[in-house]
Amino acid sequence: MPNEITVTVNGTRHTSSVEPRTLLVHYLRDELGLTGTHVGCDTSQCGACTVVVDGAAVKSCTVLAVQADGSEVTTIEGLAQDGELHPVQEGFWEEHGLQCGFCTPGIIMTLHQVLDEQPDPSEEEIRHSLAGNICRCTGYQNIVKAAQFAAQRMQE
Amino acid sequence: MIAGQVSKLIGSRVKRKEDPRLITGEGKYTDDVILPGMAYFAVLRSPYAHARINSIDTSAAADHPDVLGVMTGAEINDRCSEPFPLFAILPGMQYPERWPMAATKANYVGEPIAAVAASSRAAARDALDLIEVDYDPLPVVTDMETAGDADTPVIFEEMGTNLCYEASDQAGDPDRAFAEADGVVEARMEQPRLIPNPMEPRAAVAEYERSSGNATLWVTTQNPHIERMVAAKMLGMPENKLRVIAIDVGGGFGCKINTYSESIIAVVLAQEIGRPVKWAEDRTEHFVATSHGRGQAQYVQAAYKKDGTLLGMKLKIYADLGAYAQVISHVIPTLTPSLAPGVYSCRDIGWTTIGVFTNKIPYDAYRGAGRPEAAYIIERVMDLIADATGKDPVAVRRKNFIPKDSFPYETPTGMIYDSADYDAALDKALDIAGYDDLRAEQKAARKDGKLMGIGVTVTTEVCGFGPAAAMGGLGGFESATVRVDPMGKVTVLTGASPHGQGEETSFAQIVADDLGVPFEDVEIIHGDTSIVARGVGTFGSRTLVVGGTAILKANEQIKEKATRIATALLENKLEDTLDPQLVTLEDGLFSVQDMPDQYVTWADVGSEAYDGQLLPPEEQPGLEAVSFWEPPGLTFPFSAHIAVVEIDQDTGEVSLKRYVSVDDCGTVINPTLVEGQIHGGLAQGIGQALLEQAVWDDEGQLVSGSLMDYAMPFAQEFPMFELDRTVTPSPVNPLGAKGIGEMATISATPTVANAVIDALSHLGVTHVDIPMTAERIWRVLQTHGRRRRGGRS
Repeated sequence: MPNEITVTVNGTRHTSSVEPRTLLVHYLRDELGLTGTHVGCDTSQCGACTVVVDGAAVKSCTVLAVQADGSEVTTIEGLAQDGELHPVQEGFWEEHGLQCGFCTPGIIMTLHQVLDEQPDPSEEEIRHSLAGNICRCTGYQNIVKAAQFAAQRMQE
Repeated sequence: MIAGQVSKLIGSRVKRKEDPRLITGEGKYTDDVILPGMAYFAVLRSPYAHARINSIDTSAAADHPDVLGVMTGAEINDRCSEPFPLFAILPGMQYPERWPMAATKANYVGEPIAAVAASSRAAARDALDLIEVDYDPLPVVTDMETAGDADTPVIFEEMGTNLCYEASDQAGDPDRAFAEADGVVEARMEQPRLIPNPMEPRAAVAEYERSSGNATLWVTTQNPHIERMVAAKMLGMPENKLRVIAIDVGGGFGCKINTYSESIIAVVLAQEIGRPVKWAEDRTEHFVATSHGRGQAQYVQAAYKKDGTLLGMKLKIYADLGAYAQVISHVIPTLTPSLAPGVYSCRDIGWTTIGVFTNKIPYDAYRGAGRPEAAYIIERVMDLIADATGKDPVAVRRKNFIPKDSFPYETPTGMIYDSADYDAALDKALDIAGYDDLRAEQKAARKDGKLMGIGVTVTTEVCGFGPAAAMGGLGGFESATVRVDPMGKVTVLTGASPHGQGEETSFAQIVADDLGVPFEDVEIIHGDTSIVARGVGTFGSRTLVVGGTAILKANEQIKEKATRIATALLENKLEDTLDPQLVTLEDGLFSVQDMPDQYVTWADVGSEAYDGQLLPPEEQPGLEAVSFWEPPGLTFPFSAHIAVVEIDQDTGEVSLKRYVSVDDCGTVINPTLVEGQIHGGLAQGIGQALLEQAVWDDEGQLVSGSLMDYAMPFAQEFPMFELDRTVTPSPVNPLGAKGIGEMATISATPTVANAVIDALSHLGVTHVDIPMTAERIWRVLQTHGRRRRGGRS
């Protein structure tokens, strides 16, 4: 039986009827058309699907849509404000933190939360914070630099 | 343009054009395509590595209320006019026909058996469980070295053997080399299969218009035009009835070259149910549905003189092709002996390459494709010779380098190296690493009982494919269309569709400099066969070399016509006749010699090209040029790498402390993009050395079959890589570019392997197979830990 849920995504309230087994990521992508959040695996390793739910970065492939009922969700589409890139997005562009771009939205959402909690992380802390995200293109080097760029920008 | 030239944008760190859409969630990947009325399909796959299919009952699945259509392998195959085409057939090669799905016998775990279309992803998946298949399991072949033996079960009865080909050849006189040698080193080396794992799994979306018979296929491919050619052939459609679209592709690394069954199934299902359909691979499905890479067993003997000179080699290479050959997968192992001499003079070499079929998913290109396996052989051999002669690995390499004044250089295996200076790259790497200090540090560490190792390699590879002769029927060209519109803005259509490499940026840099237009005024269009007429694609580090040059060639035509139009405009302005030879284009302005203030702009010329009021009578309107360019020869980037590792004595865990990468890819268009390719390439090569391998059981089940079981490298595995470069332009293309997509991967695996073995060499260890996992090294330490031998000190 479908369940009715109300979720605020990027500031917009949506009331939808979803199957109980629908994953949050499929709800965002297939129901709301927010395809910036990607599905990279089915075992919660890759982190491509990371979004922020009530302030916490979560893997939306590991959350049911019904669990997000009543929540505030931010996806990659909601990060830039008034056409201005978030410092983490800016860092990725400045430091060539992405190549194919598929893992990028998830890593940006992860780092967005990391920098909220730890505004001046060391290189080691940044690498450690990415233990739940896989990138196959960049060797992570410029992702680390993107995070450092963002940390500095956010402190300005 | 002059090779090696650094002008305004070429050579500059320009930020990528593609990034704004990718960092804001506006990328257009295949799984992002949502069409009105779109259905989803799922694929039932064989759970057996080898089994006869007695019967398939799809009735319960068809009765599912959300199911729109079910098709078995036999039904899908019946809709195809031919099996998968193969290219570059080798002499004497035998191979089975391959159709999109298994109809009567499954030959690997994951082979498609049936497909279900339904109104939702979940329903399509549910319905798979309702299909009943009656299988009779058959004996399974998993070992490449015994697959060709007389007493091994034969997978394809019609062939009567599992041997695809056995190719032996030699250059010079290998027996002479071994007779003259002071010593011989030998080893058996394993190249485990690897799972490519681009972060975007494969996907396909198909739409079919019944009234016209036109089909559109969105698909995760590195080469939309080859995809169109193959799919159109198999579906019995003319190419102009099939449009293939791949705008953003989330990495490929070789595994998205092949046209897969799901492309064919998608179009057939769209025809069958009269609705667009989508399939998106699960990651776990990727492990058994998308081709793997590497997979060789290498027997290597090398003859040397006591001064460290390499005299000759004898190689026997087994290649595990999996259940079928695909595209040119069977040719990839033959690149290994061709490049086995590496950067060294090696007069005498003999080799045998044995390609066999096994009950595994087919093998295909994976970043480097045949060349990493070659670099691994020769770079391990250099260290084995260093060990045997008691010389420094650097000295042994220098002793054997092909001298820098001998290029172009033809190797005994028939490759023509375009240009190189190996000493220069090595000098730079040694300098950055502080090699002598590192050796001193290692000596001290050993005194303290610590395991520290230094690995050095100098490698080369072949890329920039074609010419056509090197491509076995896929085409050796790349195409470019350059169009100047009435506003003077430039649109470029390229057949080389990138999937992360950033050519929307590097191509725009080339065009901006060459035409003198602002970077922002250049749009690069790729990945849609109805817009870009023809192309070959992005693989073998060819896109910049071949696609970039095609653009330069189109620009030449554009500049010629634009200058004629500008002459007409200037004549009108000056009310005088002008010699067109006196009109020149500089910094985007067409002006008359010695009259710099009399000029017209690209916008003036573009407008006139279509408006046509002042065009001379012999000039046709329009400002657009098409060019096809095929390179005359291959390119050979090279590199010198140094890795420093430490090994935990108790756990065997290897930690990579430093990595120095000096690479030479000829002319650099955008250093940032080149460094990005190197970083990612290193990560993949290091992953191969330390972590990654496909593990199979005797029944042909992939044990390392998900991201929970297969070790992908994470951010914590790596130090900050230390990069530098030398620039030796290639003489085989006007850009002077060599390609950089694969070089670092190729070098990194033997560099790290050499470092780990170096850390153990004083214990008498001369070779350990990759991946050098903690368990494997721990086991080596248990057998060698208490023994001490000379080795390198």
